[in-house]
Amino acid sequence: MSNEIKAHVRVSNQRPTFWRAVSAIVRKDLASERRSRELFSAMAMFALLVILIFNFALEMDAGTRASVTSGVLWVTFSFAGTLGLNRSMAVEKDRGCLDGLLLAPVDRSVIYFGKAIGNLLFMFVVEAFVLPIYTIFYNINVFHPGLILVIILGSIGYVALGTMLAAMVVQARTRDILLPIILFPVMLPLIIAAVKASSAFLQGLDMEFIWPSLNILISFDLIFIGLSYMLFDFVVEE
Amino acid sequence: MIKVHKLVKRFGLKPVLRGLDFEVKKGEFVGLIGPNGAGKTTFLRILSSLSRPSLGMVKVAGFHLPAQAAAVRNSLGVLSHQPLLYGDLTAEENLQFYGRLYGVTNLDSRISEVLDLVGLSARRRDLVRTYSRGMQQRLSIGRAVIHDPQLLLLDEPYTGLDQDAGAMLDTILKSVTSQGRTVVMTSHDLVRISDLASRFDVLSRGKIAASTQREDIPQDGLLGFYRHAIESKQESTKLEAANVK
Repeated sequence: MSNEIKAHVRVSNQRPTFWRAVSAIVRKDLASERRSRELFSAMAMFALLVILIFNFALEMDAGTRASVTSGVLWVTFSFAGTLGLNRSMAVEKDRGCLDGLLLAPVDRSVIYFGKAIGNLLFMFVVEAFVLPIYTIFYNINVFHPGLILVIILGSIGYVALGTMLAAMVVQARTRDILLPIILFPVMLPLIIAAVKASSAFLQGLDMEFIWPSLNILISFDLIFIGLSYMLFDFVVEE
Repeated sequence: MIKVHKLVKRFGLKPVLRGLDFEVKKGEFVGLIGPNGAGKTTFLRILSSLSRPSLGMVKVAGFHLPAQAAAVRNSLGVLSHQPLLYGDLTAEENLQFYGRLYGVTNLDSRISEVLDLVGLSARRRDLVRTYSRGMQQRLSIGRAVIHDPQLLLLDEPYTGLDQDAGAMLDTILKSVTSQGRTVVMTSHDLVRISDLASRFDVLSRGKIAASTQREDIPQDGLLGFYRHAIESKQESTKLEAANVK
C-alpha cells in the first residue's frame, strides 16, 4: 500500500448538472441490477405467476377473455411494479446508501428522478417480457400502438407516484406491507383510466371514447411528477 | 470551519442536543467523545445536513445550515460505521458513481489515486460484497475523500474492525488528515482517538461538558479527563434538577 501520494491529483469539482447527476444514479441502478438481477427476476416471475393464475382460474371463453384482458394486464403490471418499487428503495436503505445519496451536493429531486427513471426502465423491461407471454396465453394481440401508448403513460404515472411513496415508507419497519396499502388507493384513478383506455383500444373503439381516459392518464402523470419534484426534499428529510 | 451556537435538536418532545456551542478552526482535528446516547451521531448528522436542527445556528465551511445545505455538502466528506457502498458494484464503479455525483472532473486519475491511498488498487475491479469489513471501511474512506473535501466527519469509523484492520485504518486516516483537512471524529476508542486528534471535546447530555487541547491533557490521560468531565456533568445536572424542584 502506498500511503504517500507522490503526485496529488488536483481535484476540481464542478457541481454536476441536474441531468448528469440523474444519469449517474440511473447508470448505477442499471449496473447493480445487471449483476444481481434481483428486481427483474422478482418482478418477471411474479408477473408470470399472475398471468398463469388468472388464465387457469377464470377458464375463460374467447369473448370473456377479450373483455377482461386489459384488467388482468394492469393487475399484473401493478402488482409486479409494487415489488420493484419496494425493492429499489429498500436496497438504498438497507445498505445505508440512502445517506450516501443524500450527502451528495445536488438537489434532492435529482435522487427522485434518478430512482424514478431507473424504476420506469425496469418496469418497461418487465412489460416487454409480459406482453408476448400474454399474447400467447390469452390469444389476443396486445401489440397495438394505442395500447403501447397507454402502457407507457400508465407506467410513467405509476412510477412517478410509486417512487415518491416508496421513499416515504422506506424508513418504516413494515414498509413491505405499507407501500401497497397506501399506493393502491391513490393509484386507483390511474389504473381505472388505464384499464378503460386499454380496453377501448383492444375493442377498436373511436378516439372520442378513448380521449377522456387518456386525458386522465396525462394529467395524473403531470400532477404527480410535479408534486414529487416539489415535495421529495421533505419526504427524505429526517 | 464550523460554528455552532445554542443548537437544540428534539425528536418529538425528547431533547437530544440542549443548547450546544461548538467551534472548530480550519485544520483542527477534533475528537468528540461521550457516552452512548450523548448525541454525538445526531450532532454529526446535523453538521452533515442529514438532519435539521430544531433551534440554533449552524455554520459549516462558511455556509448556514439548513439553508445552504448543498454548498455545505460539496465541502464535506462523511465516514460512518456503515460504508455507504453498493455491494453489487466494484470498488471502481462505486467511486465513479460518487465522483459523478460530486462532479469530480478528472475522475479516472482521482479514482486511481484514492484506491492507491486506501490500498485497494489490486482489487479495484472486485465486487464490494466480496470485501472484508476492513476493506469496505477502507474503500469507504476513499468514497468520503473522492471529491477532496475540506472537512471530514467521521462517526465511529472503527466499529466492527479487528486490530489489524483498525491499525490500517489509523494509517490511512493519518495520511488523509495530514493534507490539511479539518476533521471531527467521534469514537469510543479513547486510545485510537488520542493518537489522532489535536483537541478533545466531551459531549454529555446534549452539551459540550469539557474541552482540552492534546498538550493540556492532565496527567491521568484522556480517560481520566473524560471520566472527570462526565462526573462533573452528572453532578451539575443533579444540582440543576434540585434547583428546579
